[in-house]
Amino acid sequence: MATTETQVVGEIGNEYRYGFHDPEDYFFKSQRGLTREVVAAISEHKDEPQWMRDFRLKSLEYFEARPMPEWGGDLSGIDFDNIYYYIKPTETQAKSWEDLPPDIKQTWDRLGIPEAERKFLAGVGAQYESEVVYHKLQAELEEKGVLFLDMDSGLREHEDLVRQYFGTIIPQNDNKFAALNSAVWSGGSFIYVPPGVSIEMPLQAYFRINAENMGQFERTLIIVDEGAYVHYVEGCTAPIYTTDSLHSAVVEIIVKPGARCRYTTIQNWSSNVYNLVTKRAVAYENATMEWVDGNLGSKQTMKYPAIWLMGEGAHGEVLSIAFAGEGQHQDAGGKAVHVAPNTSSVITSKSISKNGGRSSYRGLLEVAKGATGARSKVVCDALILDEESRTDTYPYIRIDENDVDIGHEATVSKIGEEQLFYLMSRGLSEAEAAAMIVSGFVEPITKELPLEYAVEMNRLIQLQMEGSVG
Amino acid sequence: MALLEIKNLHVSTEDGTEIVRGVDLSVNTNEVHAIMGPNGSGKSTLAYALMGHPAYEITEGDILVDGESILELEADERAQRGLFLAFQYPHAVPGVTVASFLRSAINAVRKAKAGGEDDPIKIPEFRKRLDAAMKQLKVPKEMAGRYLNDGFSGGEKKRVEILQMALLQPRLAVLDETDSGLDIDALRIVAGGVRELVGPEMGALVITHYQRILNYIKPDFVHVFVDGRIVREGGPELAEQLEAEGYETFTPEPVGGEA
Repeated sequence: MATTETQVVGEIGNEYRYGFHDPEDYFFKSQRGLTREVVAAISEHKDEPQWMRDFRLKSLEYFEARPMPEWGGDLSGIDFDNIYYYIKPTETQAKSWEDLPPDIKQTWDRLGIPEAERKFLAGVGAQYESEVVYHKLQAELEEKGVLFLDMDSGLREHEDLVRQYFGTIIPQNDNKFAALNSAVWSGGSFIYVPPGVSIEMPLQAYFRINAENMGQFERTLIIVDEGAYVHYVEGCTAPIYTTDSLHSAVVEIIVKPGARCRYTTIQNWSSNVYNLVTKRAVAYENATMEWVDGNLGSKQTMKYPAIWLMGEGAHGEVLSIAFAGEGQHQDAGGKAVHVAPNTSSVITSKSISKNGGRSSYRGLLEVAKGATGARSKVVCDALILDEESRTDTYPYIRIDENDVDIGHEATVSKIGEEQLFYLMSRGLSEAEAAAMIVSGFVEPITKELPLEYAVEMNRLIQLQMEGSVG
Repeated sequence: MALLEIKNLHVSTEDGTEIVRGVDLSVNTNEVHAIMGPNGSGKSTLAYALMGHPAYEITEGDILVDGESILELEADERAQRGLFLAFQYPHAVPGVTVASFLRSAINAVRKAKAGGEDDPIKIPEFRKRLDAAMKQLKVPKEMAGRYLNDGFSGGEKKRVEILQMALLQPRLAVLDETDSGLDIDALRIVAGGVRELVGPEMGALVITHYQRILNYIKPDFVHVFVDGRIVREGGPELAEQLEAEGYETFTPEPVGGEA
């Protein structure tokens, strides 16, 4: 951590680092607002099969029929008529960074993605507005039969596989925003890992919103076949605008018997983005699903990664960090649904609220009749940095089986004057001392991240901490 | 000019209660001063006030380091000037390892010395110094990877305080009841560590209730502290007299002046 801190100390005083934006010079940009015509045009533009076009139009009906959710966060600021639902920045997808238009390439350079790819990634997808503009997978993984494509290419090139699973984990009418995504989805990742193939380095997708009032609706489908392993990482940033953007993704994951999937998100949207995401995985016999979910940015996040433990011996984990600063509400958590016997789950949530920010833990633990021997542990720790900030816990628990072992712990703490004084007496400034306490608080989660991401997470926390004390 | 000069210092708590009631004291490098006093006499308040604890207000007097007042400085700035306080009750920082914390603290002090420019210690050099200091203070190697003071025994905490002192290389170390909670072997090691550091680069102010630690640290000056004031001053023999006769014989009649 010390290296990171040294780097970070040099950056103190900077604001959100990714708030720049490129001039808009797009291949195609839809009209503002959502109509049947816009949805049909997206499908047409992508030259999709009829079943997908029908799926989209039906989803639009579900979206229109459903009321806005009244629980969770305040979504009254979303103006669906003012949003661009589809922007295609380039005509074709690049296979090398050099092939991208200079503005877009420069964006990725500034975000450090090409460098990360060279150093420690097995594959990269980079989505800019609605489309994945760059995609690459290591040749040896391609030879092993690993598929890592953007969702649109996945649909074109592997239609049968996509049709078999698409919308089966998260039905198109699951909730209002899943319906919206189902209607206007574009981009996202399609991953298939064949039986027994273990991908040692992570696959990463990077999501960037550039235009004002943009709606980004990526759609990700991951199938990890028997005994296989993949770690997928996504990162998200956007420019700072005075009016709001919307990010509403759907992520469906199937973890087959004996397989393991880890899905890591480091969400650092700018503070004008509504981030309303549905993520759900099913884990079969002896499979393991892990969500590592870091929410640092956005105006309003509502996201509760879910795991359905469908096969005996399946294990699920959700590690969630939420950091709510000024004007931010992080409504995050996790869901574990035990359907089969001898399944286990752990949900660990750590939240930090400062400068009037609000973080809420919202989680569901459900054990179905017949899921004997299910074990689950939920731990929620909240850290509040000042009097203006707020934290809440909404744990929902439904148990329909007697033979289970369930634990729930929740703590709320504040950074104490004595703790700060102790660290300051060693020469650390008040901000450095507070940042150190916060880094330590989230350490149980950052230590689970690959080094590069742990460094990034700590750096983001340090940036969030600036100006928060003193 | 003394390294540390305390002039007619009066310290109150937030509710206005005066705890330290007029203290004069000078400490130089190469000197060990002992402040001995009964429980509740205000010794720890004096230590906190020296380090700049925000809960204590200095109502009168001054604290000078190298002839400059430090009253307006925050705790971190005082540390950067070379002050160090070994806490009686060190605080836990879960999730932050001893090694990581020490490196950050060293780098913060180095940065201040470099006029605000980053000047991080090289990792091999840090490792070398950390290993050497841990070995000397007989701190088990695995402690470097444990979270700072989190679940430490009283003795472990005290040793890690002295470890911090050894690595941060202060010019004036204030040790607040460092002897409490230490068994005799640990006490010998810790006292040896302090004595080793006292020299042309460092002076020490040892605050204690008992004479025990002084058998190992051997003070040059002893100040008897009762009811917020220094009531008697002398050489090491004063500590022995205290041990034999107790604090009762020292009437709370203040004596001022330089040590």
